[in-house]
Amino acid sequence: MLSAGVVIPGFFVIGLAFIGIGVGLLITSRSIQVLELDYTGTETNSPCYKCTTPPVQNNCVCKLNFTIDTLFKGPVFFYYSLTNYFQSQRKYGASKDYNQLSGDLTYFKSPASDCDPYQYANGKPIVPCGSLANSMFNDTFKLYQIINGQEKLVPFDGKGIAWWTDYNIKYRNPDYSPLKNAFNDTVKPVFWSKAAYELDTSDATNNGFVNQDFLVWMRRAALPNFRKLYRRITEGDYKDGLPVGNYSLEISYNYPVISFDGTKKATFSNVSWMGGQNEFLGIAYLVIGSMCVVMSIVMLIVYAKFRFPDDD
Amino acid sequence: MLRWIRQQLGVDPPHQSDTRTIYVANRFPQNGHYIPQRFADNRIISSKYTVWNFVPKNLFEQFRRIANFYFLIIFLVQLMIDTPTSPITSGLPLFFVITVTAIKQGYEDWLRHKADNEVNGAPVFVVRSGSLVQTRSKNIRVGDIVRVAKDETFPVDLVLLSSDRADGTCHITTASLDGETNLKTHFSVPETSVCQSVSQLEALQAVVECQQPEADLYRFVGRITVIQHGEEIVRPLGPENLLLRGARLKNTKEIFGVAVYTGMESKMALNYKCKSQKRSAVEKSMNTFLIIYLVILLFEAILSTILKYAWQAEEKWNEPFYNQKTEQERNSSPILKFISDFLAFLVLYNFIIPISLYVTVEMQKFLGSFFIGWDLDLYHEESDQKAQVNTSDLNEELGQVEYVFTDKTGTLTENEMHFRECSIKGTKYREVNGKLLPEGMTDDSPDGSVAHLIGDEVLFLKAVSLCHTVQISYDQPDLPLGASDPFSHVNGFSSNHMEYYASSPDEKALVEATKRIGVAFTGSSGDTMEINTFGKFEKYKLLHLLEFDANRRRMSVILQTPSGGTVLFTKGAESAILPFATSGEIEKTRLHVDEFALKGLRTLVVACRHFSPEEYMDVDKRLTAARTALQQREEKLQEAFDFIERDLQLLGATAVEDKLQDKVQETIEALRLAGIKVWVLTGDKHETAVSVSLSCGHFHRTMNILELLQQRSDNECAEQLRRLARRIKEDHVIQHGLVVDGASLSLALREHEKLFMEVCKNCSAVLCCRMAPLQKAKVVRLLKTSPEKPITLAIGDGANDVSMIQEAHVGIGIMGKEGRQAVRNSDYAIARFKFLAKLLLVHGHFYYIRIATLVQYFFYKNVCFITPQFLYQFFCLFSQQTLYDSVYLTLYNICFTSLPILVYSLFEQLVHPHALQSKPCLYRDISKNSLLSFRTFLYWTVLGFCHAFIFFFGSYILMGEDTTLMGNGQMFGNWTFGTLVFTVMVITVTLKLALETHFWTWMNHFVTWGSIAFYFIFSLFYGGIIWPFLHTQDMYFVFVQLLSSGSAWFAIIIIVITCLSPDVFKKVLYRHLQPTSTQNSQQSLPAPPAQALSCMESLCCYQQGQSGCSRLASLLDQMTGHCKAGASNCHASSRCNRSWSDTETFYSNDRSILTLSPIEGTRC
Repeated sequence: MLSAGVVIPGFFVIGLAFIGIGVGLLITSRSIQVLELDYTGTETNSPCYKCTTPPVQNNCVCKLNFTIDTLFKGPVFFYYSLTNYFQSQRKYGASKDYNQLSGDLTYFKSPASDCDPYQYANGKPIVPCGSLANSMFNDTFKLYQIINGQEKLVPFDGKGIAWWTDYNIKYRNPDYSPLKNAFNDTVKPVFWSKAAYELDTSDATNNGFVNQDFLVWMRRAALPNFRKLYRRITEGDYKDGLPVGNYSLEISYNYPVISFDGTKKATFSNVSWMGGQNEFLGIAYLVIGSMCVVMSIVMLIVYAKFRFPDDD
Repeated sequence: MLRWIRQQLGVDPPHQSDTRTIYVANRFPQNGHYIPQRFADNRIISSKYTVWNFVPKNLFEQFRRIANFYFLIIFLVQLMIDTPTSPITSGLPLFFVITVTAIKQGYEDWLRHKADNEVNGAPVFVVRSGSLVQTRSKNIRVGDIVRVAKDETFPVDLVLLSSDRADGTCHITTASLDGETNLKTHFSVPETSVCQSVSQLEALQAVVECQQPEADLYRFVGRITVIQHGEEIVRPLGPENLLLRGARLKNTKEIFGVAVYTGMESKMALNYKCKSQKRSAVEKSMNTFLIIYLVILLFEAILSTILKYAWQAEEKWNEPFYNQKTEQERNSSPILKFISDFLAFLVLYNFIIPISLYVTVEMQKFLGSFFIGWDLDLYHEESDQKAQVNTSDLNEELGQVEYVFTDKTGTLTENEMHFRECSIKGTKYREVNGKLLPEGMTDDSPDGSVAHLIGDEVLFLKAVSLCHTVQISYDQPDLPLGASDPFSHVNGFSSNHMEYYASSPDEKALVEATKRIGVAFTGSSGDTMEINTFGKFEKYKLLHLLEFDANRRRMSVILQTPSGGTVLFTKGAESAILPFATSGEIEKTRLHVDEFALKGLRTLVVACRHFSPEEYMDVDKRLTAARTALQQREEKLQEAFDFIERDLQLLGATAVEDKLQDKVQETIEALRLAGIKVWVLTGDKHETAVSVSLSCGHFHRTMNILELLQQRSDNECAEQLRRLARRIKEDHVIQHGLVVDGASLSLALREHEKLFMEVCKNCSAVLCCRMAPLQKAKVVRLLKTSPEKPITLAIGDGANDVSMIQEAHVGIGIMGKEGRQAVRNSDYAIARFKFLAKLLLVHGHFYYIRIATLVQYFFYKNVCFITPQFLYQFFCLFSQQTLYDSVYLTLYNICFTSLPILVYSLFEQLVHPHALQSKPCLYRDISKNSLLSFRTFLYWTVLGFCHAFIFFFGSYILMGEDTTLMGNGQMFGNWTFGTLVFTVMVITVTLKLALETHFWTWMNHFVTWGSIAFYFIFSLFYGGIIWPFLHTQDMYFVFVQLLSSGSAWFAIIIIVITCLSPDVFKKVLYRHLQPTSTQNSQQSLPAPPAQALSCMESLCCYQQGQSGCSRLASLLDQMTGHCKAGASNCHASSRCNRSWSDTETFYSNDRSILTLSPIEGTRC
C-alpha cells in the first residue's frame, strides 16, 4: 500500500491542502484582537503596587487605565489569567466532594475525607469543602469607558461563561428554598468572605454550586499558566465591541499570587469559530504542509533515479 | 493406625516390593501369611482440576507467571497506599486476563473430565462369582478376570489367559498406542488357554507375579504359577502375553485376561506424561524487552520521585497557600513518604509493561496454528493426512531455522521398499518379472528359470521367507484366523486377498519378493509356519523367535524343518552378521553388499545354522531360562542370543530399494537457498547414504566431498580433521560436503569439538551415516550449543529420530510407515518431506513476521500510552496526577487497541505466499531474529517516545497558549487536555499498524476502523451519562466539548499526520534506496490471476499509464470485489477442515527400532 505511486501524489496533495488550511487558519487567527493587562502589582509603577505592599489593606481597589485605538469587535470576552498556579496537582484536584456539589444533603453534614484539610472548620462541616473550592479566585472587576472625564460602566454579562452541562446537570443545589437554609450547621470555606448561597446578590439563581464563577473555577486548568473566562461584553452600547477610547478597569484586589511567584492578568479578546487567537495551528499546518510537499519532491527524485531493478 | 493415615495421605509410600503378586480372580490363599497388596483402581484421571480445587489451583498456576505476578503486586500496592489511580485500573485488566486464561483452561479440563467419565464408565464384562457380570470400567480391580470381545479396546492391562482359539492366541493392533496398524499376535500359556469358558476359569487357580508398573510399552517381565492337580506349574510371561490398555482386539471373537495394571498404573496412563517445554527465540527476546522496559519504568519512577523532592525543596511549591497539607501528611515520616511516592509513580507508569501482551501472544499462537492444519498445500491426498500442530508455541521458530537435520529413510525416501537384487553364495542376482536372474544372464528363458534354481538359492529364499515377523491379514477379517485351518484360504494360490502386515517395510518387501519368485509365506498358526515352495507346501515348527533389537541389529528364528532337523535362520545388518559367519562366500558377499550400497540400496545379510539335537537342547534350555528370569532378563537374553547366533553359515545378502520421495531435491535446494544448512543423519551404510545424498541433491557432483570415516583413535581423528580444515582453505571449490560416520563422529566430538565445528561450518552439506539414535541427538545438541546458538530443526519419521526431534528447537515428525512415535513426540507433523519447504518458507516466515511485529508494536503502543503521562508530571508538580481518566487507562489495552494487532498478527502476509515459496532467499531477510534485533527494538521504542512527545507537546502548545479553543469563548480543563492526547494517540497508534499492514482482509478493515469508531462511540457514551457508581464525574461531557471545538479537530488531524508522515517517508525512501529482497518481491510479483488472495499486490502495483482516478476506481474495485473473494476463499479453506481425526493424544514411549536398516553402533 505504501508504494511510491500512492505516496508521492498523496503527500503532494496533502501538503498543498495543508498549506491552504494553514493560510486560512493563520488569517483567521490574525483577525482576532487580544488585549492583555498585567495587574500583579509587583512593579512600583503599577497601580496595583499598593495592594501588594504592606500594610495590606482589605478590599484594596486599584484602577488600570488603557486606551483602545481601533474598534475592539464584539462580542468581547474578558478573561483573568494566573501563572505558576498548579490547579493540576492531584491532591488539590481531588480535594472536593462531588456528592456534596450535586446537592446531596447527607454530604453537607459529613463531607468526604478527600476534602481534608478543608473538611471541617471549628467542628462544623465546610460546604463546599476542599482545597479547590476554598481557593476560588475572588478578585472582581469593573470596566468603565471614560467619556469626557465621565466614567461610563461597561455592562458585563456573567451568563454562559461556564459549560452548559456543568451549570444545568453536573452541579446541583439542594432542593431548598430559600437556599440559605440548606446550609444550616455548615460553615463557608475558610478563605471565602461570603457564603456559597450569597455569591451573587444580584441574581438569586446564580448562587450556591451553580454560580458561574464558581463553576469556571472548579473546572481545573490542565497547565500551570491558565486563563479563565470572567465575563462577556454583549449588551447595550458595547454589543458590537469596545469603541475607540480610554477605559479604566477597576480591580478589587484580593487574590494573593506573590507567594508563589505568580502573576495576574486581565485579558480582553474576541473569538472566531476556532476560538481565541492561536497562531500555532496555522503555523503547524504551514510547516507540515510544506514538509509534505518537500518530502514528495524528494521521493519523486529518488523514485525517478532509483527505480526498482527488474527482478528475475 | 498412624501408618495407615500416613499412607492415605501419601506421605509414607505403601510398602513397595519389586514385584506385585496377583491372585487370579482374587482367590487369595487360605493360609494366614498373606498380606494383601494395595493397587490403584481402574479410574483414569487425566484432568488437572476438580470443582473444588479449580479456583485456588488455577490461580496459583497463573500467578506463577512472572507477568501476572507483577500486575498482582501493582494491584496490591494500589490497595495499600494512596495512589493516583484506583485499584480497578490494574485490577480489571488483570481480572480479565486471569479470567480468559482460567476459562480456557477450565474448558480444556472439562473436556478431559468428560473423556475420563466416558472411559471410566464404559461397560465391561468381568467374571465374578462364577458368572459374567457387566460393570463399569472403573470398577475393575487388579486380579479380576475380564472378558473382551472382538474389536473392543482393552479397558486395563491384561495378561492373556485364553482366547476362543484352541492355541490361546489373539491378534491385536496397537494403533492408538504407538500408531502401528499391523496385527500383532499375543499368546497365552498353555495351562490357562484351555479355560475358554467361565466355569473353567472359575476353577482356575493361578498366581501372576510381575514387575511393578513402568512406562515402557514393550517391556513386561513376569511369571504365572498355575496350580493343577495340586502341582505348581511356572510359566514365563513377557510382553507377548500382555494386552495393553488402549489396544484393540482383532480377528478374535473373545478373550479372557487377568487385570494386572489398572487405572493410572496402566502403561498407557504412565505414558501420559507431558512433553518438555520448548521456548522460542521470540519469547526469549520478549522477556529481554520486558526487562528493558522494567528498567525504564523504574528509571522513570525514581526520576519522578527525585524531581518531586527537588521541586518540593522550595516552600512555595511544597505547600502553596491554595493547596495546604493535612496534619497527617505533615507528620508522616519522610522516608515513608518517599517510598510511597515512589510506589505511586510505579503505579502511575506501570502500564508501560503491556499486560495484554501475553494473552494476545497466546491467542495469536493458538488461533494462528490452525492455518497450518488448514493449508491444503500441506495436505497429502494419497494418505489423507493434513499437517498437524502439536504445539503452537513454536510457530515463529519455523521462520528462524538455520540448520535442518533430517533422517533419510522414510523422510527423504518413501520407506516403500522394493526388492531389487540379491547375492547368493557369491553370485549376484536380479529380480526380473518375478524371476531371479543371475548376473550377466538375460531374461531369455521365460519359463525355464524356475528349474535353474539350485539348492542354495532355494535355501536362501526359504530363509528369507521364514525369518521374519510378518503377519497375514485376509480381506475377510471376519474369518477368525485361528479357528479353522488357516491354510485353507491359500490353497490353490487363491491368495490374492491375502496381504502381509509387517512393522518393518524391509521385511514386507522381502517376503513379497520371495512370494513372487516362488517361495511364498502362506501363513502361520500358533507355532507353525507354512511356506509354499513352488507349489509344494512345507510346514515349519517355530521353536524360538529371537526378536530384533537395535543393539544386536539382527533377528533370528529357530525352526524345526519338515524333515525333523533344527535350523536357525538369521538376518540383519552386515556388520552384525559377517563377523559371526564362519562358512560361505564371506568375502564375495561383503563385496556385493558394498556394491549394492553404492547403488543406494538397503542391504541385509542372511545366514543359517544347523543344530544337532544336543545343541538344540542346550539352546532351548538357555533360552527358556533367560526368558523366565525375573531379574535382569534382558541381559540374560542378550547373553543367550549371542551364544546362539554364531558359527553362522552365510547364505547371501538382499538389496532393497527405497524410492526417493517426491520433490526432495527441490525442497533441499530451496532450503539451501534460504540459507538453511541441511544435515542428513542416517543409520545407513556410508556408501548407501552418499549415493542417496547425491540423488536427492543434498550433495552435488561439483561439491568437494570431504570424508571423516573409520577413525580409530583420537589422534588419527584430529589429524584428519586438521587435514580437512586445510583442504577447505586450499581447495578453491565453492562448496564442500562432509561425510562423517558414527564412530568417527563420537571420536571427533569427544576431544575435538571445536575443530570439528570449524570444518562443519565451512561445509554447505554434511552427511552423517551409521548414526545411533542418541548420536543424532548429540549432533543436534552440539550445534545447538555452539557459540552462535543457531536454531535447529530435526525432521524424521521413526522411533530412532525421536531423541533428535526432542532435542532440536523445532521437531518435525513425518507421518510415515514406521509408526507414529516421531509424530507424537514432534512439535509439528507433516505427511511428506516436500511440505517442509512451505512450512518453513511460507508459514514460518509469516508467523515470525507476525509475532515479531506484534511484540514490537505492543511495546510501542504502551510507550506512546505512558510517556505523555510521565511528561505531564512536569506540569503538575510531580503530584502523580493522571493525564487520562481511569477508565481510559483501563480500556486502552483491553479494548481500544487490542483487536487490530490481533487480527494483524493472524492474517498479515507481507509478501504473497507464492513469492515466498518461489524465492527461498527471502527467508534470509528474517534470519537471526532480525526483526527483534536491538536495532528494530530501538526503532520502535524511539518511535514510541517520539510519537508520545508529539502527542503531548502538540496538545500542550495548542492548549498552552492559554486561549480558548471554542467558539463561545469558554475554556477547557485538564481532562479535556488528557482526552485530546488520548484521542490523538488511539488514532495514531491504530493507523501506525495500518501502515504496517500489507495484507488487508475485511477483518483488518473492520477492526482498524472499528476500533477508532468504537473509541469515539464509547467516549460519547461514557461522557454522556452521570455514572451513579463513580466517585467523581470528571469526564462528564468532556469528549463532546472537545469535539465541538473546530481547533481540536484540526489539531487531531495535524498531530496524527505529523506522527505518521515521516514514517511513511522513511519507508518509501528505504524501499527505493536500500530495498530488501522482500520488498523487491512485494513490488515485482505479478498478481496470479487465479489467486483471489492477491488483491494486495494489485493494490501495490502502480501502473504508469493509469490516471489517478482510474487507479482509485480499480483500487476500490479490488478492495470491494476482489478482497471479498479473497476472504471467502479464506473461509472456504477453513471449511475444508473436515473430519480429520486427531484424537490420539497419548505419547508413546521410545520404541526400540523395528526396522532392520543397517545402523552401525558406536564402537569407540
